[in-house]
Amino acid sequence: MEAVLDSTIVLFLAQDGVTNGAVYALLALSLVLVFTITRVIFIPQGEFVAYGALTLAAFERGVIPPTALLAVGLGVAALLDDLIRDPAARRPARLVRGAAVSIGAPLAVLAAAAVAAPRHWGPAVEVPLTLAAVALLGPSLYRLVYRPLAEASVLVLLIASVGVHLALVGLGLLFFGAEGFRTAPLSTATYDIGPAMVTGQSLWVLGVTAALIVALWAFFGHTLTGKALQATAVNRLGARLVGIPTASAGQIAFTMAAFIGALSGVLIAPVTTVFYDTGFLTGLKGFVAAIIGGLVSFPLGAAAAVLVGLVEAFASFWASSFKEVIVFTIIIPVLLWRSIRTVHVEDEE
Amino acid sequence: MTERRSFSRTRLRRTLLAAAALLAVPGAALADITVGLIVPATGSTAAIGIPAKNTAALFPEEIGGEKIRLLVVDDASDPTQATTQARRLVTEENADVLLGSVMTGAAIAVAGVARENAVPHLALSPIDLPAGKDEWTFRMPQNVTLMAMAVIDHMKKNNVKTVGFIGFADAWGDFWLRDLKTLAPSAGLKVVAEERFARADTSVTGQVLKLLAARPDAVLVGGSGTASALPHITLRERGYKGPIYQTHGSVTQDFIRIGGAAVEGAVLPSGPVMVAEQLPESTPMRPLALEYVTKYEAKYGPQTRAQFGAHVWDAAQVLKRVVPVALKTAKPGTKEFRTALRDALESEREIVASQGVFNYTKDDHFGLDYRGYVLLKVENGTWNLVK
Repeated sequence: MEAVLDSTIVLFLAQDGVTNGAVYALLALSLVLVFTITRVIFIPQGEFVAYGALTLAAFERGVIPPTALLAVGLGVAALLDDLIRDPAARRPARLVRGAAVSIGAPLAVLAAAAVAAPRHWGPAVEVPLTLAAVALLGPSLYRLVYRPLAEASVLVLLIASVGVHLALVGLGLLFFGAEGFRTAPLSTATYDIGPAMVTGQSLWVLGVTAALIVALWAFFGHTLTGKALQATAVNRLGARLVGIPTASAGQIAFTMAAFIGALSGVLIAPVTTVFYDTGFLTGLKGFVAAIIGGLVSFPLGAAAAVLVGLVEAFASFWASSFKEVIVFTIIIPVLLWRSIRTVHVEDEE
Repeated sequence: MTERRSFSRTRLRRTLLAAAALLAVPGAALADITVGLIVPATGSTAAIGIPAKNTAALFPEEIGGEKIRLLVVDDASDPTQATTQARRLVTEENADVLLGSVMTGAAIAVAGVARENAVPHLALSPIDLPAGKDEWTFRMPQNVTLMAMAVIDHMKKNNVKTVGFIGFADAWGDFWLRDLKTLAPSAGLKVVAEERFARADTSVTGQVLKLLAARPDAVLVGGSGTASALPHITLRERGYKGPIYQTHGSVTQDFIRIGGAAVEGAVLPSGPVMVAEQLPESTPMRPLALEYVTKYEAKYGPQTRAQFGAHVWDAAQVLKRVVPVALKTAKPGTKEFRTALRDALESEREIVASQGVFNYTKDDHFGLDYRGYVLLKVENGTWNLVK
């Protein structure tokens, strides 16, 4: 069957591709962020997307999202872990502060969620609570899993990531069940721009992505914390020598990654059905984009993500049975080109 | 004196050994009937595996005066896991019957183990096997061809001349596309578009635009579970006005929950159990279908019934008929018993269950006929029987 491609269809596909690409861009950004700062290839990034979407869906059904409970549980575990490992953390002042951060914050979110869930206050309350609940998973995960391995090789960190991914997918099934959910759209408006019909939801996605990219740029370029993070990314040892706490850099990176993941989930939940295991494939596409950007470049990763989205949209039009194959094949020429261009160094780092 | 002591010591040792041997062969020595149920309780097909697992709680405690030892294992939606679990059930637990899996790939894997070890296998997925490979495998669910015939018949009656297909890029989509393409010409139907999508896809805009460009009179969505709502919603969003058909894989309450207003009017083939209350009084399946949904929903909540759960219930109905026959010739746990079960499956006639009436024969291990399906329509957010 020959494809009949007219300008309207091209515009529709392009819009679809750019919207999906924007979500992949968010994921690619967080993968690059986590990798540059902690050297972790963060496979579970996709799970944050699913958790974000499903947490919001739980609010819409008037159920207290189990993710808020998980945040409390992980917080307690992370604090106990601290107390066992580090005698300094047992000092009263540190203990109070640690408890407030690790347990107090998730408890506050849980309490707010318990109040908000049955009352259906709408997205203005539910979206921030969703983002907070999922974002709090990030630092606890880092402290529990990755901080003890901070000096390990990239491969060991990758294996730990696979473990975290499997654990989070399993918990997702337990929390949300096997069936998928959709949430109410943030905007049902549609606008006619020339021959194309643009949906309000896709404008939301593009707007949020653009805002976040600008925010990240401002954060890394113009704040002290951002610059410290960048320093950690460039040279861990050097950063430590000049007094930057690299462990807290890791925590910040993971919090941001979890936050961005949850945000992506909130953005895609109204346009597609999200299952407990949807995140993995979405995350992988973000990963393809991040790889094209060499896992270090934010702008290149974001641009590549839009490319991945466009390729996916047009591939689903022309050869839908081979769509995934086509999307993941993009990575091969990029890897070839990179392996030819870069001098190979026999070193972990 | 010494002789007598050594004699009693030997006897003691023998008794102890015998006791140990008895303990080492759990169940088997007690002559229980061991049934191994393999379902995907986790992984990508958990949505249809969980109702099957839940139905295990409604399984009879004994059949034909023999205790049933039901072992439920999870294959994690992975054919490799299904093979390992099936082997374990056969070699370590000495299973008399294997049930499962719900997932196509995993069910094919279990069928392989069943054939290797000569164990009767009731598959919970309508799997296709090459000729001669299904000697030990009998399917509980409706054959895709049977369901496709029902759908095409409805299309024909409603003057549909051209049909577009969008289905999963997996075995389920393949089965439906193959049957649609084989059966369509004889019904005067033309398949004008074939598109595929994946369960985890976040958008099917590309495929839907291409379907629309082909201008079909009707569209068939060959998917399952809530994922099949996505093409349906996108088609309606893009202004498609024609009838949309779905498959029996989508007959779950969650499909309507996700699809909302967009899936109103959808026509689907289904097993009778989904509309047990609406079945005419004369339907032979009605009492068993009602009993199943009443018991299941009393335990798991209203509107939780699902087809794949009913297939487990039906496997129990089939066993209730064939086990007494097999018990006449052999004891459970033996090779002879398993062979007798298999023979009884092929020889028993008119086995009534909740999803249809089974008549397995040597050449037909699907066993269902026109009584095995109904057509449903989504109306006002609920399933209505198409009369």
